[in-house]
Amino acid sequence: MTTIEPDIVRTWLTKMATRLKTVLADDLDDCMMVGIHSGGVVVARELHQMLGLKDPLGELNISFYRDDFSRIGLHPTVGASNLPGPVDGRTVVLVDDVIYSGRTIRAAMNEIFDYGRPARIILAVLVERDGHELPIRADVIGDAMDLHTGQVVKLQAGDLSLQISEHPDQSGEPA
Amino acid sequence: MNSPAHDIQLDSQGKLRHFLSVETLNREILTQILDTAENFAGINDKAIKKVPLLRGKTVANLFFENSTRTRTTFELAAKRLSADVLNVSMSTSSTKKGETLLDTLRNLEAMQCDMFVVRHQDSGAAHFIAQHVAPHINVINAGDGRHAHPTQAMLDMFTIRHYKGDFSKLRVAVVGDIAHSRVARSQLHALRTLGTKEIRVAGPKTLIPSELDHLGVKVYTDFDSALDGVDVVIMLRLQTERMKGALLPSADEYYARYGLTTERLKLAAPDAIVMHPGPTNRGIEIEGLVADGPQSVILQQVTFGIAVRMAVMSLAISSTEISQAQGKFA
Repeated sequence: MTTIEPDIVRTWLTKMATRLKTVLADDLDDCMMVGIHSGGVVVARELHQMLGLKDPLGELNISFYRDDFSRIGLHPTVGASNLPGPVDGRTVVLVDDVIYSGRTIRAAMNEIFDYGRPARIILAVLVERDGHELPIRADVIGDAMDLHTGQVVKLQAGDLSLQISEHPDQSGEPA
Repeated sequence: MNSPAHDIQLDSQGKLRHFLSVETLNREILTQILDTAENFAGINDKAIKKVPLLRGKTVANLFFENSTRTRTTFELAAKRLSADVLNVSMSTSSTKKGETLLDTLRNLEAMQCDMFVVRHQDSGAAHFIAQHVAPHINVINAGDGRHAHPTQAMLDMFTIRHYKGDFSKLRVAVVGDIAHSRVARSQLHALRTLGTKEIRVAGPKTLIPSELDHLGVKVYTDFDSALDGVDVVIMLRLQTERMKGALLPSADEYYARYGLTTERLKLAAPDAIVMHPGPTNRGIEIEGLVADGPQSVILQQVTFGIAVRMAVMSLAISSTEISQAQGKFA
């Protein structure tokens, strides 16, 4: 198992915040930041604070929108989503810890559109790894990692360190 | 599992497969239903009050006995999960033309239905159907005879937990015709399984079954003493047809002794909530002012009923999806 120290993760977060300021430009004050449960919420909380956003942070729990219900049933960590207000016409900054297959982001976007019609969605992720299965890419990333299928990246909520471990079950597919 | 007789409601992993009665389910499963429902309740914040979870599934509502509220909330729950819904009014269907129940079921299976929601005037009907359906079909009991009405009980538990929190601190009174009420039976089992501090029932002696002692329930024939200090008052609908059968005095006399009036409600805790499964008989078991009053959560029960039914449906279908993915029915 490899651990990436919190200091390094923080430099990635700073880089992301700087990049978001450029991408958002005039929309910075008016954007709505939404983290995907659970790792994305941790990253979003940091970015939200760094950017000093006015609106409270939103949370999405995409369990009811996942595309693997017919394979694994209801996700054990189902939870409620909570957006701070209407999304119509807003710029939404969608945040996750890792982008891999892109399926989580697809589910999250489907859910956002059930709340309304945003003006645009910007995707910010801490770690981008190979293995895309959908034409979905992040606009802002902290770091790109070249990992093989059996490896799992996990953000530790407590101290913001990142752990890369070998997945015990090699049949696992991108999350 | 330790139980020698396998509970038909659970699959081999102990997950909810059919929802027929709360009696044999443990606290873990009941709590899982309530927690899942909690997450579905948030759907009302969205412009599009739907999730795509059961897209492509077909739910058949088989109502052998009429019930507008239960049927419509099941229908809405299924639709908010993106399932397709068939409403089959069994009282006007082929069963009247002599087709047996099993033939009807086989036909619905041939139409590729995934779930049957069953309402029947006979106790045990939903169990019977669950025993005879194809393995990939889930059965939900929407009320059978005098036996059970588990989704109503769970929406009541959801309402209590929402307003009052921890069951272990609560005194709950269930009032009215306990003997003929499947709602009451299911409620009493659920309240006990969830660890309610004190469960009271009140009603005329002729309408209180004798087996209640096993449930750790306190029986009152005097309504005023039953109300003393309770946190939750659940009124049951008086089935007025019972009055013909000498089990009951007149409606006026019943109201005088067991009607929940503004005056009487003062005997309960000041922040007590008033519940009723509906439809209410105003002026028979409950005063209109109480039903519409600030302590009444009767309409909230209806709203929560949709989330609870969504939870039960998605948990049951979830267990089948897992079994199918693992090739168990192959």
